[in-house]
Amino acid sequence: MTPLQIVFLLVAAITLFSAVMVVSIRGMMHAALFLVLTLMGVAFMFATLGSRFFAIIQILVYIGSIAILIIFAVMLTRNIMDAEVASLNRGWWFFAPLALLIFASIVLVLSSWSAFATLRDLSSTSGENILEFGKALTDPNGFVIPFEVASVLLVAAMVGAVYIAMERRGGRG
Amino acid sequence: MLNDWSYVAIFTVISMFLPAAAIAIASFLAPKKPNPIKNSIYECGVETVGATWVQFKVQYYIYTLVFLLFDVEIIFLYPWAVAYNQLPLFAVVEVIIFILILLGGLLYAWRKGALEWV
Repeated sequence: MTPLQIVFLLVAAITLFSAVMVVSIRGMMHAALFLVLTLMGVAFMFATLGSRFFAIIQILVYIGSIAILIIFAVMLTRNIMDAEVASLNRGWWFFAPLALLIFASIVLVLSSWSAFATLRDLSSTSGENILEFGKALTDPNGFVIPFEVASVLLVAAMVGAVYIAMERRGGRG
Repeated sequence: MLNDWSYVAIFTVISMFLPAAAIAIASFLAPKKPNPIKNSIYECGVETVGATWVQFKVQYYIYTLVFLLFDVEIIFLYPWAVAYNQLPLFAVVEVIIFILILLGGLLYAWRKGALEWV
């Protein structure tokens, strides 16, 4: 095994462990912090795949702001920290096998694809080309419409969030 | 391929090692004479009043949400900034429109008082 493979296995184990901890740990604040660790592991996966841009996005957006958003959402909650509240849904005995069944069928369908079990050699590709991406994003024949629609989407999210939060504050008095 | 990332790895190891070393050395060397006052909950020297797990104001959530949206905007602007020298004027106008649309959202949040500190 190369050193990179050893580090990969180590980070994959940490990522999976913290992902399980996110859903199983009692304290919601700790769950949010384990989520940060999981996202860090995913960022590492992007880095080993040679995708620097996605690794930085993962850290900047997912850890830097979505995880913070989740931590603030946890701080907005009040009584969910109680130890009496069951962490399992009442219908888990039905839905857990159902989820497993769906997962198995997805794997079954994907395994019929010819390139399923073959590893692609990524060492020949030198990461992604940000320059070409930037050109395509603002090119009239490229992705300029999705680019502008993205800003409208962001504005819609901002206006919606402000509207809902302000209404709630007005209702409270 | 991973040469620049190995610097990140070295810094990660060092940044984990230094606080761990400080805590470990302190736990070896420091004298341990605990008493109830020393073990009490400490918050900036002020005794805590009431429950510690209070509900935060929804206002903080709005700040974070607005921050998240502008964070995503940075991600969209970064590839454009890298390719800036090779782009026609049309692309620059496109990005100005992109920023102006988002500025409209910021103005809305500002007008509704979402940016006011409470």
